Amino acid sequence: MATQTVTQQPAAAPPLDQTRWRHKLRTLGPTDWVVEILKYAVLLLLAFTFLLPFYWMLSSAVKTDSQVYTVPPIWFPIPQHWNNFWDAWNSENYWLFTYNTVIRYALPATLGTILSSALVAYSFARLRWFGRDTIFALVLATLMIPGWVRLVPLFIIFKQIGWLNTFWPLVIPHFFGNAFFIFLLRQFFMGIPTELSDAARIDGANELQIMFRIILPLSVPAIAVVALFTFMDAWNDYLGPLIYVNVEEKWVLALGVQRLRSAVAEMGNRQLAYPYLMAVSSLITLPIFLAFFFAQRTFIEGISVTGLKG
Amino acid sequence: MSLLTQARRLTRSDRRDMLVGLLFASPWLIGFLGFTLFPILSSFYYSFTRYDLLRPPVFLGLDNYTNILMNDEDFRTVAYNTLWWVVFSTPLGVLSAFLMALLLNTNIIGRSFFRAVFFFPSIVPVVVTAFVWQFLLNIQYGAVNSTLQFLGFPVVPFLSNPDIVKPTLVLIHMWSQGAAMVIFLATLQDVPRTLYEAATMDGASALRRLWHITIPMVSPVILFNMVMSFISGFQYFTLPWLLTSGGPNQASEFYSLFLYRNAFVYLRMGKANALAWLLFALIIVFTTLLFRLSGRLVFYAGNSR
Repeated sequence: MATQTVTQQPAAAPPLDQTRWRHKLRTLGPTDWVVEILKYAVLLLLAFTFLLPFYWMLSSAVKTDSQVYTVPPIWFPIPQHWNNFWDAWNSENYWLFTYNTVIRYALPATLGTILSSALVAYSFARLRWFGRDTIFALVLATLMIPGWVRLVPLFIIFKQIGWLNTFWPLVIPHFFGNAFFIFLLRQFFMGIPTELSDAARIDGANELQIMFRIILPLSVPAIAVVALFTFMDAWNDYLGPLIYVNVEEKWVLALGVQRLRSAVAEMGNRQLAYPYLMAVSSLITLPIFLAFFFAQRTFIEGISVTGLKG
Repeated sequence: MSLLTQARRLTRSDRRDMLVGLLFASPWLIGFLGFTLFPILSSFYYSFTRYDLLRPPVFLGLDNYTNILMNDEDFRTVAYNTLWWVVFSTPLGVLSAFLMALLLNTNIIGRSFFRAVFFFPSIVPVVVTAFVWQFLLNIQYGAVNSTLQFLGFPVVPFLSNPDIVKPTLVLIHMWSQGAAMVIFLATLQDVPRTLYEAATMDGASALRRLWHITIPMVSPVILFNMVMSFISGFQYFTLPWLLTSGGPNQASEFYSLFLYRNAFVYLRMGKANALAWLLFALIIVFTTLLFRLSGRLVFYAGNSR
C-alpha cells in the first residue's frame, strides 16, 4: 500500500464485473435465466430479512406508545411521532453516557491500542532479535485463551487495588498491546520495503525515529483499521462496563439502554416507553451506521486481512 | 530463526538487538505477565478455595471441582446447553456465512450493497439487537408471529418455549455472521480463476467445481472460522443474557451465564474460577478433537504448513 500515482488511461475499460455480466446476458440460455432470477430472489429475500429488525426499530421509534403493541402490527405509522428522538437527544443521561462511552472509554482505549500495538508489531516486523518468532508464536497463542479464565481473577485483582467502579480496568489493558492488532500491524509493517529503514539507519536514525517518522506514516490504512475496530468494540462493549462500572453517573451507553429496557419491563404497564427505547437504540446504532457507511472499505479490508473480528 | 537452530553463543551485537527488540515488545510482555499469566495462575489458586471477596479465601482442596462435577445439577443442564449450542451454532453459522459468500461471489449487480446489508448486523451493539429481536419474536405482539398468522401458519413461541428457544438463538446467530461472510468472500475471490476455467473446459458442472475446487481451496479458512466460532461459542454470553436471561426454565442458561452468576451475583469466586478452568479444559479438549478430525479434510495450497 505504498503511494501510487494515478495515470489517465485514454479509453477506460469498463469494470470487470460489468463486462462479465454483459457477456453473460448475451450468452444466457433459458435455464440460466431461471437460475439468475432465483439468485436475485434469494438475495432480495435475505436482504429484506436482514434489514427487517432495523426497519422495525426505526418505525417503532416514531409510533405512539400504544401503537407499538397493536395486532396486526403497524408497519408504517402515520403520522410519525419524531418527538421520541428529540426527547432522547435532549435527555441529560444520553449525553452523560455518550461522554462516558467516548471520552472515558473508547478514545483512551483506541489511543492506547494503537500506540502499544504499533510498538510491539514494530518489534516483530522490523527488528531482528533472538527469540523473536517464538515470542510472536506466544502472542498468537494467547488468542486462544478463553476470556472468562482471565475475567474473574482480573476482577479480583482490580478489586484488591481499588479500581472497581472506575474506567481504569477497561482502559489500561489497552495500553499493553492487543494480540490480533499486533498481528495485523505486523503483517502490514512487513510489507514496507526494508530499504527505507536501512537508509534511515545509515543516516543515523534510531529505531524509535524510524518507527514514528517512516513506518507509521506509511501505515495509515492499517492504523485506521485498528482505530475503527477498537473504537467500535469499546462502543459496543457491554460485559466490561457491566462488571466494572456500578454507579449510574459512570454508565456507558450500552448499560444505559439495558437499564432503560429493564425499567420499561418493570413498569408492569408495558404500554409505556417502548418507542422511546427504540429511539434511544437507534441513536446508539447511528454512529456505527455512519462509521460503516463512510468507512466501509476500511471495515471490510480490516476483516479480510486478518481474518479475525473481535 | 527458531531457538533450537540458533547457535548457542550470542554475540554482543545479538544481545543488544535482543534488548532493543524486547524493549519495543515490552508493552505486550508486561501486559502478558500482568493481565494474562498472573490472573490465570491466581485463578487456578482460587479455584481450590471458597472466596466471597469479603472474607479471606478458605482452602477447600478439590471440593469445588468434585461438587461441580458430581453434585451440581445446574452444571449438568448448563453443560448440556453449551455443548448443544456449540455443536449446532458453529457449523450452521459457518455454513450460512459460506453460502452467503458463495452467493455474493457470483456475478451480480449491487454486490457492495448486499455485502453491506449482510455485514451490518454483525457490528450493531448487542444490546440493541437483543431488544429488537425480543420484541419482534414476542408471541403476542411480535411482528414475526403476526406475519405467520397472516400467512396462515401457527404462532411460534420463539422465546417462551424451552424447546424452541435454542434454535431461535441459532437463527439469530446466523443473522449476525456477516464478518465471517466477508472473510469467506475475500478468500473466494483469491481462488485462481484458471482452475475454474480448466475444469469447465473438462466439462465439470457447477456443483463439481464447487466440491472439487472451491471448497478445498477455501478449506483452511473454513477450519479457521470453525475453530474461532467454536471457541467463542463456548463463551456465548451477552445475547442470551439480555434476551432470555437463561430462560425459559434454564433452557438457554449457557456456561458463561452460569459462570457470571456464580461470580458476580452469588459471589462464589472459588466456584467461578473452578468453572472457568473446567471451561478452559473443555475448550482445549474439543478444539484438539476438531483439529484431529479436520486434519485430512483441509487442503493447504502453496507452501505446506
